[in-house]
Amino acid sequence: MDLRFGDGKPTDEERAAVDALLGPPESSWAGADRGGTDTADLRWARGGREARDRRDQLLPALHALNDRVGWISEGALDYVCRRLTVPPAEAYGVATFYAMFSVRPRPATVLHVCTDLACTAAGADELSAAVAARLGPENGVRIERSPCLGLCERAPAALVIRAGEPSCPTPEGSPTPPAPEGASARPAFEDVAVQAESGGPGAAAPGDGNGKGRLGRPTLHATAVCAPATPDTAVHAATTPESAPTEPAARTAAPQTGNPALTPTIPTTPTTPLILLRRIGTTDPTSLDDYRAHGGYTALRRAFALGPAGVIREVTDAGLVGRGGAAFPTGRKWQATSAQPDHPHYLVCNADESEPGTFKDRVLMEGDPYALVEAMTIAAYATGAHQGHLYLRGEYPRALARLTHAVRQARTRGLLGDDVLGQGYAFDIEIRRGAGAYICGEETALFNSIEGHRGEPRSKPPFPVEKGLFGKPTVENNVETLVNVLPILTMGAEAYAAIGTPDSTGPKLFCVSGTVARPGVYELPFGATLGELLALAGVRGNLRAVLLGGAAGGFVRPDELDIPLTFEGTREAGTTLGSGVVMAFDDTVPLPRLLLRIAEFFRDESCGQCVPCRVGTVRQEEALHRIVDRTGTDAAPDIALLREVGRAMRDASICGLGQTAWNAVESAIDRLGAYR
Amino acid sequence: MTAIPLGVPRRLVEFTLDGQEARVPEGSMILDACRAAGKDVPTLCEGDTLAPKNACRVCVVDVEGARTLAPACSRRAEPGMVVRTDTERARHSRKVVLELLASSVDLSTTEPAARWIEEYGAEPDRFGPDAARVDEEPRVDNDLYVRDYGKCILCYKCVDACGTQWQNTFAISVAGRGFDARIAVEHDGPLTDSACVYCGNCVEVCPTGALSFKSEYDMRAAGTWDEERQTETTTVCAYCGVGCNLTLHVQDNEIVKVTSPHDNPVTHGNLCIKGRFGYQHVQNRD
Repeated sequence: MDLRFGDGKPTDEERAAVDALLGPPESSWAGADRGGTDTADLRWARGGREARDRRDQLLPALHALNDRVGWISEGALDYVCRRLTVPPAEAYGVATFYAMFSVRPRPATVLHVCTDLACTAAGADELSAAVAARLGPENGVRIERSPCLGLCERAPAALVIRAGEPSCPTPEGSPTPPAPEGASARPAFEDVAVQAESGGPGAAAPGDGNGKGRLGRPTLHATAVCAPATPDTAVHAATTPESAPTEPAARTAAPQTGNPALTPTIPTTPTTPLILLRRIGTTDPTSLDDYRAHGGYTALRRAFALGPAGVIREVTDAGLVGRGGAAFPTGRKWQATSAQPDHPHYLVCNADESEPGTFKDRVLMEGDPYALVEAMTIAAYATGAHQGHLYLRGEYPRALARLTHAVRQARTRGLLGDDVLGQGYAFDIEIRRGAGAYICGEETALFNSIEGHRGEPRSKPPFPVEKGLFGKPTVENNVETLVNVLPILTMGAEAYAAIGTPDSTGPKLFCVSGTVARPGVYELPFGATLGELLALAGVRGNLRAVLLGGAAGGFVRPDELDIPLTFEGTREAGTTLGSGVVMAFDDTVPLPRLLLRIAEFFRDESCGQCVPCRVGTVRQEEALHRIVDRTGTDAAPDIALLREVGRAMRDASICGLGQTAWNAVESAIDRLGAYR
Repeated sequence: MTAIPLGVPRRLVEFTLDGQEARVPEGSMILDACRAAGKDVPTLCEGDTLAPKNACRVCVVDVEGARTLAPACSRRAEPGMVVRTDTERARHSRKVVLELLASSVDLSTTEPAARWIEEYGAEPDRFGPDAARVDEEPRVDNDLYVRDYGKCILCYKCVDACGTQWQNTFAISVAGRGFDARIAVEHDGPLTDSACVYCGNCVEVCPTGALSFKSEYDMRAAGTWDEERQTETTTVCAYCGVGCNLTLHVQDNEIVKVTSPHDNPVTHGNLCIKGRFGYQHVQNRD
C-alpha cells in the first residue's frame, strides 16, 4: 500500500502513548527516528499484509492518544497511520466518527453531562447550565452534553474523563505487549482494581506520596462518575476526578438484592429467587475465589461434560432468545455458527449498551464480572470459537476496570488461555472499548468498529453467522443473553424453561427509572405485568406515561399497566420490550420536550450512511421542534409530515437505528395523544 | 487467435418480478433482473463499475415476507422470491428519499433527479424554508477539479473508486457522522495537501456533479456550458503503451472534459492524470 503522510510529527507524549500500545516502531518506515536505526532500514520496509492486518488496533490506538492527550492531533494521527499502514484519510474518517474523540485541541478534562431522558426529567439542563457557569476552558474543563450514560437509576449523571499518563496498563492488550520500561513506576493492576473496589473511582491519585515520582505532574489519566450530580459535586469531580467520592456499589442499582420485600411475589407467576442478580451484592466482584464459592464455574464444567452440541441443545431447549432487543433465538444462532465450515469462528459480546434508559449490562458487569467471562467461555466453546471480543461501551469506566481485572485473573488461573480448565480447549477474551457511538451497538457496525473502520452497519445478508467479524462466522450476543446461559446449564434446560411463559422463557432484567421511588435493575420472570413491576419500584406522582424499550421503543398509557412483560405480550399490545427499559414519567414532565430529546438523540447518533436515516432524523427533529408548543390543527400538518418521513425511515433504512427512530414519537402521538 | 473468456457458467435463478417469471444468472442482483425486464428503477449510488454501496435507498423494492423494503441494487435474487417494484410502499419510500435529498442538497446537476422528482410527485419544499441543508462552499483548491459538497449525496462512489475498488490511493474518506458527515481528505485539508494523485476517477463516477472538472465548473459559472453543443469523440490516449480509451468532450473546438468508456475491458472508465487532464497541448495553437 503506497501511503502518503503529511509533515505533522507526533509529540513525545503522543508517540509514547501509541508505542505503549503497539510496541516501539521497528524501522524508520514505521515512524522511528532515522538517525538511530541501522542501515537495514534502507534495504527493505517491513509492512505488507502483516502490517495491514493490524488495522483493528486503530481504535485502541486512538483511545491511547485520547486517554493520554485528550485529543488527536494531525501528527499523532499520521503516526498511528504509519504504524498500522492505514491511509490517513480513512483514519481521519474513523477518528471523526466517534463522539468521545476530538480532532481539535480541547482541554484535558471533559465533563460529559447526560442530557438524555431520565436525566433531563431529573434536571440535567439546570445542572448543565450551573456547571457551565462555574467551569470552562479556563479551568481546563470542557463540558459536553452527552447521550444517555447508562446511570439512569442515579439521574442526573455526569462522567469526567481527564487525559493524562496511564495509571494502569492499557486494557487493550497488544499482540506483542512491550516490556514496560520502569515497570516499578507502574502500579500493579490488581492494586488499581482493588482500589477501585475499595473506594477509588478507578484511577490512582496523582502525587499521592507513594514514591512514584509524579508529584510534579498532576496529569494522571482519571475518570470519575458523578451521579446523582449536583453542580457542586460535578464541579468537584471535574476539577479533581481522582478524589471524587466513591461510586456506590453495583448492588445499590439492583434494589431487590438484600431486600426480600422486593422479591417478586407476583400472583401471575410462581415465585423464584433471583437468578441473574443473585451474586450482585453478595459476591466480591473482584474476587475469583468468591465467585467460585458462590457457584462460579459450575456451568462451564457442565458445558465440558455436555460437549459443544450438548450445550447448544440445552440452550435451544431452554428457549433462550436474545435480550438485546431483537429477540432472536440464541440456540439457533449458535447452531448456525458452529455449523459453518469456514474458520476461525469468533465470539463477540455486545456490551455497547447505549439505548437510552438501559443500564442492566453495566450492573451485571460491575457486580458480577466473572459471570460474563464464564458465559463467554461457554458460548465460544459451544460455537467453536477460540477468540472472544468484548466490545464495551466507552462510557463505563468501572465496568472496564472490573472486567479487565476479571479477564486477567481468569487468565492467571487457567480459566482462560491455551488450556481452559485443563480440558485442552483454548479461549481468550480481548476487551475493546467503544468511543461514543450508539450505532456501534448494531451488530455489523460493531464488527466494523472492532476492525478499525467507521462504525457503519453492513447490509445483510450475509448475516454475521456466515460473515461476521473479519469476514468470518461470528456469534454476537448481548451481555444479559450470555449471562442467562449459566443458569440454563446449572439448572438444566427444563427447569429454566419452566420459568416465565411458554414463548418467553427465563428471568428478565428490567431497567426501571424515571419517576419511581426505587429506580434500578429488577429481575422478574417473564410474564409479570408492567403494573407489577412498577409496583415494586414504587411509582411517584401522577403517572402520565411509561416508555418501554428505550428511545427505539414505545410509550404506553397508565391505563395499560396490565400488559404482560413478555415478547409476545408486548407485541400483541402493539409495543415492544426492546432492551428492557421501563421509564416512568409523571404529568409534570412535558411530553413534547421528551419527544424532541428522543429525536435529537437519533439525529446525533445516525451514522449518516443511508439517506432515510441521515436526513429523515433531521427532518423529524425539525418538525417536532416546530410543534413543541402546538396542539390540534396547528400541529396536524407537521404530524402528517412526521408520519410520512417515519414510514420511509422504517421501511427503507439500512439498520435498526433508522427503522426504529420514529417508533417512540409515533406511539406518543397515537397512544398518548400528544399534541392533541 | 484471441481467446474470449467466457467465465464459469452460472445457474439461472428463477423468481417472480412484478407477477412475471424472471430468470437471472445466480448471484445477480434484483436490479439486474429489473433492468433486463426493462423496468425503470431509480438508482443514485449504484455504479456500473463499482460494487453496490446500498446507501441512497432510492432503488428499494418490496420483497414478499420481508419486514422492510430491500435495495434492488444489492439484494441478490433468490429462487422463489416474490418481488414487486411498484407497490405503494416502495413508491412512498422512493418519493420521501427524493424529497429528503432534494431538500438537503443541490440536485441541479444530478442528471435524472428532476425527472424522478416529477414522476414520484416528490415535494422537497414541504419541509419548510428552515430545513437544514448541506451548505458548503465549492472548494476550488487546485487547477484540475472542484469539490462542491453542497451537491454531494454521500453515495460513497468516489471513496470506493479512490480506494480498494480502483485507484488504491485512499485520498478520501467519509468524515464526521450523521447529517454532518462529509467526504474529506485527511484532516479535511485542501486537496493539494492530500494523497490525491489527480487521476479524476472520482469525478468519473460522481453522479451529482459535486465533483467536476475545473473547466466545466468555470464554464457553468460563466454560463457557457452547453452540452447540446458538445461532441464526444472516443480515441486512444497517446501518452503510454497501455492504450486507454479517452472520450473527449469538445465544445466550440475546445476540449472541455475527458471521460472514459466504462465498458472498456481494461480500464473500466479509469484513467490517470495524464489522460484525464493532460490535453492542453492539443489546444496549444501558437
